[in-house]
Amino acid sequence: MPIIQYDNVCKKFDNSGRLAVDHVSAQIEKGEFITILGSSGCGKTTLLKLTNRLYDPDEGKVLVDGENIANVDPVALRRRLGYVIQQVGLFPHMTIRDNITVIPQLMKWDKKRMDERADELLTLVGLAPSEYRDRYPHQLSGGQQQRVGLARALVLDPEILLMDEPFGAIDAITRLNLQNEFMKIQEGLGKTILFVTHDINEAFKLGSRVMVMNEGKLLQFDTPAEIVKNPADSFVRSLIEAARSQEEFWENVR
Amino acid sequence: MIEYLKRHPEKVIGPLTEHIWLVLVTLVISLAIASFLTVLAMRSEKVSDLLNNIFSLVYSVPSLALFALLIPITGLGRTSAVIVLTLYNQYLLLRNFTTGLREADPVACEAAKGIGMTDMQILTRIRIPLARKAIFAGIRLAIVSTVGIATIAASINAGGLGILLFEGLRTMNIPKILWGSVLSAGMAVLLNAVLKMVEEKM
Ligand SMILES: Nc1ncnc2c1ncn2[C@@H]1O[C@H](COP(=O)(O)OP(=O)(O)OP(=O)(O)O)[C@@H](O)[C@H]1O
Ligand SMILES: [Mg+2]
Repeated sequence: MPIIQYDNVCKKFDNSGRLAVDHVSAQIEKGEFITILGSSGCGKTTLLKLTNRLYDPDEGKVLVDGENIANVDPVALRRRLGYVIQQVGLFPHMTIRDNITVIPQLMKWDKKRMDERADELLTLVGLAPSEYRDRYPHQLSGGQQQRVGLARALVLDPEILLMDEPFGAIDAITRLNLQNEFMKIQEGLGKTILFVTHDINEAFKLGSRVMVMNEGKLLQFDTPAEIVKNPADSFVRSLIEAARSQEEFWENVR
Repeated sequence: MIEYLKRHPEKVIGPLTEHIWLVLVTLVISLAIASFLTVLAMRSEKVSDLLNNIFSLVYSVPSLALFALLIPITGLGRTSAVIVLTLYNQYLLLRNFTTGLREADPVACEAAKGIGMTDMQILTRIRIPLARKAIFAGIRLAIVSTVGIATIAASINAGGLGILLFEGLRTMNIPKILWGSVLSAGMAVLLNAVLKMVEEKM
């Protein structure tokens, strides 16, 4: 049974003439690392939000663990799915530690367990706990904030992670480290990950399968190798060509 | 003036304590009601608009007229005064509370929802702390306005510094008038300044 299943899912915003997510169907198996690739405004964020019920579909349905999420309590669902939001959205009035452990606080974990978990996660995302745990978000750089956002999403050890451009504000070198680190984490823990990016290299490197989206439609959903070999249409082909031409640039420099 | 205070200390201290009492009681009741209404207003835009319209209407009624309207129901005295002052405060408090809470960092609020907080948890853990300045500003405005309007409450036998003003004016007793105005104006100005300082530190 797929862990996540999209069944003809559509979402339209009131003030828009077209569907933000347009009849998307897909099945994701447990333990897959799915990257979602597409240019700005193609519906990547909307698709993620349909997965944790920040939006409900106008048509079709989303199943998690075989259950139609329309029938699941949204708060309980969201605590099962880790969520890294695109704009990071740390809580400015809380320390980094409290940012990471808000939900455990609400669930009344004991203090020691929360402190240990916060330190563990800070280390995992490459921030020295003693240095960062008592700071406030505004005392961190954009990339550091993003990493805290990631730590916050991991705190309950969710089986599924929804990540909306989690490495967007991170420099190339740290990004490479985080990507590698992250692939290891995922392989070790067997988590299912939906990872949004508009960087084709990141999408193809991280994804065991890649969803290519354009204008709300899911154009192709396959392994990186298969997509490169058999692009579904002209949009996918042009995407690959664009990446290739970049590669050529580096070849020529060398 | 000082002479008058020395001769009749109770005639100044009495109304002053009554005034403070009136302001305090009003404040406590106003805050309780406003908090409740704010929670309702946060649930739906419609309720929020409705409440704001009602209380802005009430707020626009002159205080003397409102006192007069209440006399047949709750009679002369403190009860009527507290009711009127509380009604006025609802406008100031509710407007500041709801706009402050609604405008609290939308990204942080969306993140809070996305990681699994309930609406109530988002309100208490995220919105209220982020809106603390607006909330406090509402309370400051309510306090200052209550101090001022409470002087008129003397006209319906609710006591307070208004007594000094009304009686002073009736008998042309200058020290009385002066004490009444200095204390009520001074209290309003001073409280405003102090509370504003606190607000800026938040
Ligand atoms: N709350 C909203 N109200 C109205 N329209 C919206 C809303 N959110 C998104 N849209 C529209 O829906 C479409 C898809 O938006 P979405 O945020 O999913 O794009 P995206 O692929 O995540 O883009 P980006 O890479 O820029 O983040 C866009 O055309 C956008 O303008
Ligand atoms: Mg997006």
